[in-house]
Amino acid sequence: MITVSGPPSSGKTSIIEKTIKELKKKEIEIAVIKFDCLSTADEMIYQKKGIKTKLGLSGSLCPDHYFVNNIDACFRWGRQENVDILITESAGLCNRCSPHIKEVLSVCVIDNLSGYHTPKKIGPMLKFADIVVITKGDIVSQAEREVFAYNVKKVNPHAKILHINGITGQGAAQLSKLFEIAEDYDSLDEKKLRFTMPAALCSYCLGETMIGKDYHIGNVKNMNL
Amino acid sequence: MEAEKRLVSPYDFLTDMGFELFEKNQSLDSYVEAMNPDYLEDMGTNREMLRANYHAIHKKPEVDEKVKSILIKGGVNKDGEKEGFDILLKPGEIVSIVGPTGSGKSRLLADIEWLAQGDTPTGRHILINGVQPDEDKRYSMDEKLISQLSQNMNFVMDANVEEFIRMHAHSRNINESDLLIEKVMQWANDLAGEPFTKETPLTALSGGQSRALMIVDVAFLCQSPIVLIDEIENAGIDRRQAMALLVSTEKIILIATHDPVLALMANRRLVIKNGAIDQVIEGDEHEKRVLGDLEKMAEKMLSVRNALRMGNKITLKV
Ligand SMILES: Nc1nc2c(ncn2[C@@H]2O[C@H](COP(=O)(O)OP(=O)(O)OP(=O)(O)O)[C@@H](O)[C@H]2O)c(=O)[nH]1
Ligand SMILES: Nc1ncnc2c1ncn2[C@@H]1O[C@H](COP(=O)(O)OP(=O)(O)O)[C@@H](O)[C@H]1O
Ligand SMILES: [Mg+2]
Ligand SMILES: [Mg+2]
Repeated sequence: MITVSGPPSSGKTSIIEKTIKELKKKEIEIAVIKFDCLSTADEMIYQKKGIKTKLGLSGSLCPDHYFVNNIDACFRWGRQENVDILITESAGLCNRCSPHIKEVLSVCVIDNLSGYHTPKKIGPMLKFADIVVITKGDIVSQAEREVFAYNVKKVNPHAKILHINGITGQGAAQLSKLFEIAEDYDSLDEKKLRFTMPAALCSYCLGETMIGKDYHIGNVKNMNL
Repeated sequence: MEAEKRLVSPYDFLTDMGFELFEKNQSLDSYVEAMNPDYLEDMGTNREMLRANYHAIHKKPEVDEKVKSILIKGGVNKDGEKEGFDILLKPGEIVSIVGPTGSGKSRLLADIEWLAQGDTPTGRHILINGVQPDEDKRYSMDEKLISQLSQNMNFVMDANVEEFIRMHAHSRNINESDLLIEKVMQWANDLAGEPFTKETPLTALSGGQSRALMIVDVAFLCQSPIVLIDEIENAGIDRRQAMALLVSTEKIILIATHDPVLALMANRRLVIKNGAIDQVIEGDEHEKRVLGDLEKMAEKMLSVRNALRMGNKITLKV
């Protein structure tokens, strides 16, 4: 299994699709599970390309918690379907997202257009990824690409950084090779997350909509003003 | 470029990452040890990670072996027929790439960028100093080896020109001296023709100014010995000076172009047809004279354009 995450519209689907195109040349069975909040067209995109896919929508739940509550079942589904490589795509919606699992190859996709401060703002999703894919290098200057990659290295010095063009697929072959050599598992039981997920257990988790001190119950953190 | 090492203080490093610190001038360890693990977790990090981050910003960019040559080993054209040429390129050389739209000029540049090893539609192989770069190097190399300029590229950074240059120098571990800024400004303004200042926001630069700044930046700040240029002709910059600047830095320059001046400026030009190199033409004396004529015409165009801009009647004999 491989977890792919990254901010919305950073190019995850494009990269996954191009990488799968490379893997298919080698007759490897692949499926993608897309995690999202409300709705997504990704399922259609994958299906159109003939890629086996499942969709999970978290709705009103924290997408990260929804992810971890379903991931082992997804893994079992993948095994039933005789999938060689199961890829999950999830959007890091709050920057504190932490969708990576220890020992499971993890990829974070971010794009050059998102601004040079972005790597600093993204938390565990980027910091604890094994591979960082940087997209949209075709439309920014050389210098900005270098500054961006440098900023990524600053927050995650261990990761392999790949520059991939999500439209032409330039660079995807390299990623597909890393996917091929990724570790195999029989089950996700007893595996651990790389980092704690964003936590919340307060009245608003349970559907409270009223504002005011009287309604703050549970795990509440106050700003220093 | 003389790459003086800059040292970032632990205080600056941590505050830059969003930590609130009260005392300056402490060691990294004393800051990090004093931090509550829960607080670190809130910040999405931990002690080990912070130490690694701090070391990462001080790591010297690895110095690669010098590029003495690039060999483009022929592949096949769009019909699968053998490409009849191997091309050897040396530092300080400009090679232009010409051919109709869709013939495969950009593909050739992409093959070089990707250090193709028979794994692109053309089946070409790219050898550096006579050998195939090993798999592992391929990831890390492209960035250090190759700079690119193309028509589609824009500045998107929310910074002014000076901040941008400093940031780029910083990321390259080059001392961001005022002298460097001055040098870049001087050259970029010369190439662009229309003046801009250090305070100009990057996103407010005209097409020509952006292109000029990108070229000067590639010349002075990118250590990469190979420059790939894809159709930048409409930019309205001083093309001869731009090429002279890049060549003076001992880079290998490949430029795909429809612009006769740029095409003729090169030492050699590759003619692309149906996805493969079809001819290699060396410039001769006659072509140099034609280039001279074209440049005079270009100068004339420029002076008329400037005169029009200034609201003058055109008196020049054209
Ligand atoms: N120019 C350019 N555009 C790209 C590149 N990669 C992706 N895009 C475009 O960026 C847009 C978003 O790409 P997606 O792959 O859908 O992004 P995503 O991360 O899957 O988005 P969500 O799943 O909605 O969060 C699409 O219009 C892509 O065509 C790239 O390398 N260069
Ligand atoms: N030898 C080749 N075999 C197969 N496809 C090729 C070959 N050379 C080029 N192509 C493809 O032809 C298309 C047009 O090439 P491109 O490089 O964009 O042309 P140009 O830049 O000259 O307009 C691209 O999709 C490219 O990948
Ligand atoms: Mg997507
Ligand atoms: Mg082209």
